[in-house]
Amino acid sequence: MSTTTQPLLEVKGLKKHFPIHGGILGGRTGYVYAVDGISFSINRGETLSLVGESGCGKSTVGKAVLRLYPITAGEVRLDGNRIDNLSQSDLRPLRQRMQVVFQDPFSSLNPRQKLRDIIAEPIINFGLASGSELDDRVGDLLDRVRLPRDAMYRYPHEFSGGQRQRIAIARALAPGSDLIICDEAVSALDVSVKAQIVNLLSDLQDELGLTLLFISHDLAIVEHLTHRVAVMYLGKIVELADRTTLFGTPHHPYTRALLSAVPVPDPTVKRQRIILHGDVPSPINPPSGCRFHTRCPFVFDRCKVEEPVLRDVGLGRMSACHLDVVPDTVPNQPVVAEAAA
Amino acid sequence: MSTTTLPTDGFTPAPELADVLPPRKERSRLGMFIHRHPTIAVGGFMVIMFILMAIFAPLLGTVDPTALAPAKRTRAPSEIYWFGTDMLGRDVYSRVIYGSRISLIIGFAVAFLSAVIGLFIGLISGFIRSVDAVVMRIMDGIMSIPSILLAIAMMALTRASVENVIIAITIADVPRVSRLVRGVVLTLREQPYVEAAIASGTRMPTIILKHILPNTFAPVLVLATFLCASAMIAEATLSFIGAGTPPIVPSWGNIMAEGRALWQVKPYIVFFPALFLSITVLSVNLLGDGMRDALDPRMAKRI
Repeated sequence: MSTTTQPLLEVKGLKKHFPIHGGILGGRTGYVYAVDGISFSINRGETLSLVGESGCGKSTVGKAVLRLYPITAGEVRLDGNRIDNLSQSDLRPLRQRMQVVFQDPFSSLNPRQKLRDIIAEPIINFGLASGSELDDRVGDLLDRVRLPRDAMYRYPHEFSGGQRQRIAIARALAPGSDLIICDEAVSALDVSVKAQIVNLLSDLQDELGLTLLFISHDLAIVEHLTHRVAVMYLGKIVELADRTTLFGTPHHPYTRALLSAVPVPDPTVKRQRIILHGDVPSPINPPSGCRFHTRCPFVFDRCKVEEPVLRDVGLGRMSACHLDVVPDTVPNQPVVAEAAA
Repeated sequence: MSTTTLPTDGFTPAPELADVLPPRKERSRLGMFIHRHPTIAVGGFMVIMFILMAIFAPLLGTVDPTALAPAKRTRAPSEIYWFGTDMLGRDVYSRVIYGSRISLIIGFAVAFLSAVIGLFIGLISGFIRSVDAVVMRIMDGIMSIPSILLAIAMMALTRASVENVIIAITIADVPRVSRLVRGVVLTLREQPYVEAAIASGTRMPTIILKHILPNTFAPVLVLATFLCASAMIAEATLSFIGAGTPPIVPSWGNIMAEGRALWQVKPYIVFFPALFLSITVLSVNLLGDGMRDALDPRMAKRI
């Protein structure tokens, strides 16, 4: 970035290790290295997507940024100010600026609260409005997420999954937040509803200048809405690039494998699927060297001993691979036409 | 305007809607409630009847339940002695009616006390890990002793009285409530809506008050009704083996204990208090079952 504007959110070397307790005395027997040193930044009004397989630690990043649990190491800066070392009470006023939308629209709304109380909660917490003004604000928020105003007197169970996700978005917008962390926010929804919510998020971003950290495993959705993409594998970022670069000419072998797994809605397209063998290694005992070396089709000796750093490989793209140029095709794998029957 | 003014020449007028549609069933609010929650209606009605019976015991044709009449011992049920008389000539009907006071007081008191104490302990140990480890081991310890044995031991240490019976049964029941509440709190803490509340800057006391407590009420209320029922049985058991309310108090357990010796020849002395105990416990349990279904907000709009 050549501009001098400060990124809204800056994460440096973030680590989150969960201790594993075991044995009779409940002593620590190890750690789950859920997030193991990742860095990224998001500019104001930008969408950064965090993608990866389940279990790669992408949701943990979101929750660690929100400080829903303590961070093991690293720095988180909001507008240049460190928030990772603040106490919960010092952090509280800053929470007004960053909100979250969770994956499951059924468990993210308290079933015993009416919509008005759900959406009003952050407004009351930060003392932004009260009385009839509060009702007006809740009504405006419902307008924003395209729900009828009189919905505020209803309970969450009276709404469908997509509508509930709109309620969750309204709650996230309520305190006038700048940054919204969407933790798999559309993954639990049907395809058509998913599209509506994604469009709603993009519209809201345009209207309100929101900054989004969009955590997802759905590359098709991500391509539709993001500005930049960070690909995670086993608690590390393996590639970070803007959307067109990443989806057009992916560099890291893992990114390529992920992209080749995205279904193309055209049965005549022939392409090479990169089939990864085996499972994701356990984050309790991650592989030495490059974490991807156990499954990488281009693996060579150096990968097993030396961990590649995230470095600029041209076009403003960061990739954590020892190879400067990754071959276009994988040896011994045929080009397949899917659903060619 | 009404349909009668319309021209009808040559046409048969269409039947009025009221004739086509089946008559709508008009239900009162109470009718709707009974229709939706029949178990609550039945259980609640019976519990209310028992409460009224206990309150108005002196007006229900009873005599002094402790009045002795040695000349009229062990009479069979008749129009004078509806449930007969026991071996000291006391009127079993009066004793059973008055006995409901003891059972209901003990049942409700135990349910209320163990719910309140258990809710408090459960909330604390659900939130504070260090307290949790200690408190839950104590609760495990109490639960490892069969509750009736624990109550007998408690009674052995104290004087026989209604208050002591309540305390003894409550001590045995508190761990049940606190474990339930702790479990609910631990699940609720991980709920995304609680995390969302934390993320939106809600303070801990508010989170406990608004998001945690309301969601523990339903399971606690349901458990409390079952504890109420089991406390009535526990009281009867304690009294039956002579470790409960003092023998002078006409409780159902005491009446059965006294009738036990004559069970084979005069079964009605045991039968009536046992019948009342069973029906009371059944109605409280029905109420609890119904409430468990009704208090789930997802089922609230059931048709």
